[in-house]
Amino acid sequence: MTMENASVTMSPEIQKLVAEHNMKPEEYGVLLKVLGREPTEAEFGVVAAMWSEHCSYKSTRIWLKTLPTKGPQVLIGPGENAGVIDIGDGQAAVFKMESHNHPSYIEPYQGAATGVGGILRDVFTMGARPIANLNALRFGDVSHPKTRSLIAGVVAGIGGYGNCVGVPTVGGETNFHASYNGNNLVNAMTVGLADANRIFTSQATGVGNAVVYVGSKTGRDGIKGATMASGEFNADAESQRPTVQVGDPFTEKLLIEACLELMQTEAVVAIQDMGAAGLTSSAVEMASKGQLGIELDLDKVPLRETGMSAYEIMLSESQERMLFVLKPGHEQEAEAIFKKWELDYAVIGKLTDTGRIVCLRHGKVEVDIEVDPLVENSPVYDRPHVATPAKPVLDAATFAVPDGETLLTVLKTMLGTPDLCSRRWIWEQYDCHVGHNTAQASGGDAAVVRVDGTQKALAMCIDCTPRYCVADPVMGGKQAVVETYRNICAVGAKPLAVTDNMNFGNPEKPEIMGQFVGACEGMKEACIAIDYPIVSGNCSLYNETNGQPILPVPAIGGVGLMPDVAKAMTIAFKGEGETIFVLGESKGHIGQSLYLREIFGKEEGAPPPVNLTAERRHGKFVRELIQQGGLITACHDVSDGGLLIAVAEMAMVGDVGCKLEAPATDAGFWYGEDQARYVVTTRDPDAFIAKAEAAGIPCLILGLTGGDKIQMGGEAVELNWIREIHESWLPDYMEG
Amino acid sequence: MKAAVVVFPGSNCDRDAARALELATGHKPHMIWHADTELPDLDLILLPGGFSYGDYLRTGAMAAHSPVMREVVARAAKGVRVLGICNGFQILCESGLLPGVLLRNIGLKFVCRSVRLKVENTKTDFTRGFTEGQTVSIPVAHGEGNYFAEPDTIKKIEDNGRVAFRYLDNPNGSMNDIAGFVNEAGNVLGMMPHPERVNEPVHGCTDGAVLFKSLVEAIG
Repeated sequence: MTMENASVTMSPEIQKLVAEHNMKPEEYGVLLKVLGREPTEAEFGVVAAMWSEHCSYKSTRIWLKTLPTKGPQVLIGPGENAGVIDIGDGQAAVFKMESHNHPSYIEPYQGAATGVGGILRDVFTMGARPIANLNALRFGDVSHPKTRSLIAGVVAGIGGYGNCVGVPTVGGETNFHASYNGNNLVNAMTVGLADANRIFTSQATGVGNAVVYVGSKTGRDGIKGATMASGEFNADAESQRPTVQVGDPFTEKLLIEACLELMQTEAVVAIQDMGAAGLTSSAVEMASKGQLGIELDLDKVPLRETGMSAYEIMLSESQERMLFVLKPGHEQEAEAIFKKWELDYAVIGKLTDTGRIVCLRHGKVEVDIEVDPLVENSPVYDRPHVATPAKPVLDAATFAVPDGETLLTVLKTMLGTPDLCSRRWIWEQYDCHVGHNTAQASGGDAAVVRVDGTQKALAMCIDCTPRYCVADPVMGGKQAVVETYRNICAVGAKPLAVTDNMNFGNPEKPEIMGQFVGACEGMKEACIAIDYPIVSGNCSLYNETNGQPILPVPAIGGVGLMPDVAKAMTIAFKGEGETIFVLGESKGHIGQSLYLREIFGKEEGAPPPVNLTAERRHGKFVRELIQQGGLITACHDVSDGGLLIAVAEMAMVGDVGCKLEAPATDAGFWYGEDQARYVVTTRDPDAFIAKAEAAGIPCLILGLTGGDKIQMGGEAVELNWIREIHESWLPDYMEG
Repeated sequence: MKAAVVVFPGSNCDRDAARALELATGHKPHMIWHADTELPDLDLILLPGGFSYGDYLRTGAMAAHSPVMREVVARAAKGVRVLGICNGFQILCESGLLPGVLLRNIGLKFVCRSVRLKVENTKTDFTRGFTEGQTVSIPVAHGEGNYFAEPDTIKKIEDNGRVAFRYLDNPNGSMNDIAGFVNEAGNVLGMMPHPERVNEPVHGCTDGAVLFKSLVEAIG
């Protein structure tokens, strides 16, 4: 639907309503045309929510459609609650990532907690048992007065929810940058496991079938959450606290068990969770997918408060609620299961053949709208966009180690910076073991979770480098994809597919829209080149405060599969006398590196170029060697901070030092952030060189493992000392 | 060994515990719903970790009043072994099967990490497979694991050698570094660390498997 010729004159009251719901005046004009009359209050709310950026993807839809979403491994791509991929033996992995940025800034604990709750529901709605959670967090500058309390609240919220529902939180990433001072980012990802032939969707079928509400009662929390999340913040963001939902992980845990139990029966036709825009979007989505109508009697909805209007019931974002369509005759079976789990259960409506959503309250029709213009034919924008100007490629020689410093003194500095210090303070607040299948959690390249009852395992991680994305969105989009690819290969798994979480500023600004378009282009190119389709995703726009946009974050969540969990590789140095190699070319790319930022205070230059052919070849080489077993004893991808940081991390985790004797001694070599590289160790260097040469992959000996220091050029630093620097920064900061 | 795992609303380590018991005994344990009032013939009842009743009111407080707990208390009095892990330990304290309480961690934060424990008492059915004084690594994951009791109670526990496991690096502020201890009769063990999480090679450590094997050896 286009916006042309939709201008309309509005009374001051309507103008106020339109503005309050982040609706555009021309969209109100379209609404009048669709209805052929003035909307009721409830209809206004329903339409504003469905047409919000958050629900409709109106600014991004035309670009998201260009992304590669198909492959032999893809069972269900974007468009459902989560993506589904084939992992063999009749099993499927179900996963998605979603943002809860705006709520987490307004109320960090509940905002982050309900972000986890929402993404869990997206996954178990499909019939999958959630087996792992991950998260990607971006906070403001550490000197900003709010940063500390936001970290504390967000981390406690993620833990509080995930720990209680009993899904292990196994990985993620955290960055800091001043651009997030007024708008932190919380992206949560859930991976679930299902039988491939028992996947459930929201597609409603069967006119007359009962529409059933289960879960928590509906209250007044979170009303207008979707429209709030579709606008920019201003100075009084905190006044929007009532739009943030309140989570109850205990109810979610009951809901998971009850839904999965019901899905074992033959009762379920369709299921949809109530997330953003609550009952509105779940009812409309179900009807739309089934190309049917839906009629709801809002008097039947279990309510937590008295006197709730149709508008409030339809727009409430109370958590832990589900909508089912049941097969006729199975209502009692379903009710018994929900009673056992002490959850509310109510038949609140039925499917119709009218193609309309009709809602009654106190016997009066409060909503009567055609479904099609709400979803399939909702407004779409092709917004103006301008590409980010290219940045110059910097010469590493200009940024030699400063006078009075050495490569190793710089290492000590870098390991104690916010972006490179240990995240232990964060991950120790997350239960990473529950479920008895965690083989590897935070602290490595990718998390590894065994597929219950088998020897197989899924590897998973989230990556994005925002400073690359702002400098060159195309390259940044590519880099985010390939970094997950590398991390999954580095533990020995085959990367299968990804989910994306696009966090950007105001799309009405051409330069921001240009960042989005560029990132999509880069992601598309990378995903095609390495057979790594995008199966689900989420967009969060308007991440700006007082007109200041965030560094863009096209976060990528990757999932891979390995046949034998016992072969999963770790980054830790394993013993003395092993040869350390860097695999891939080190050209000393210094632009946008952490070295440049932390040592020279510069955020400049082009980000490192991504060579997709090299990524594919090197990734395959590494994961196949790991799965064959024996030759590689440790493996770590090279990313933030470059080669020396990667080596130091391997040494610290393994508690084994090393003597580095590579020919190069320049900062570009050791701190450049060239891509497509891995650091590996082996006990048989000759065999490793032969294999790398046969595969046509450059490799270089960096040195030997051993001792309790990192030694280089006659200088040495004690592992204990750098570990103290690395581990203490975040806890010391949080203690303030 | 005839074993059962009790499932409360909000239990989340019930499957993990069942898996550990199955690996140790070769057969699946009974899964007992909290609303059940009758139990089959059993040698071991395991109260698993989790957040029974969402930890509302106090951890373990509501689960201690679940219908099944009356029967668990009765069986414990008859000598049936009862093992409470994490939330199960909290429920044991709330139901009076063990004295004392588990307070908020001293750091006021949830703590998930592997901790080193000293095995203090190898005379119980739960610990006979360990060597006395042995150091084992078993992870904790809790927000309320700070064991507290009256000085007299602590003295009785210590004097009778009832501490089974003691923290070598106390993660939560527990008195006397107590990580787990048995009742006077020695048939009820409560512990905050999760032995079922270090039970297979995939977990990177199998120290917890010794506990389940001990039970099988003791009971048969």
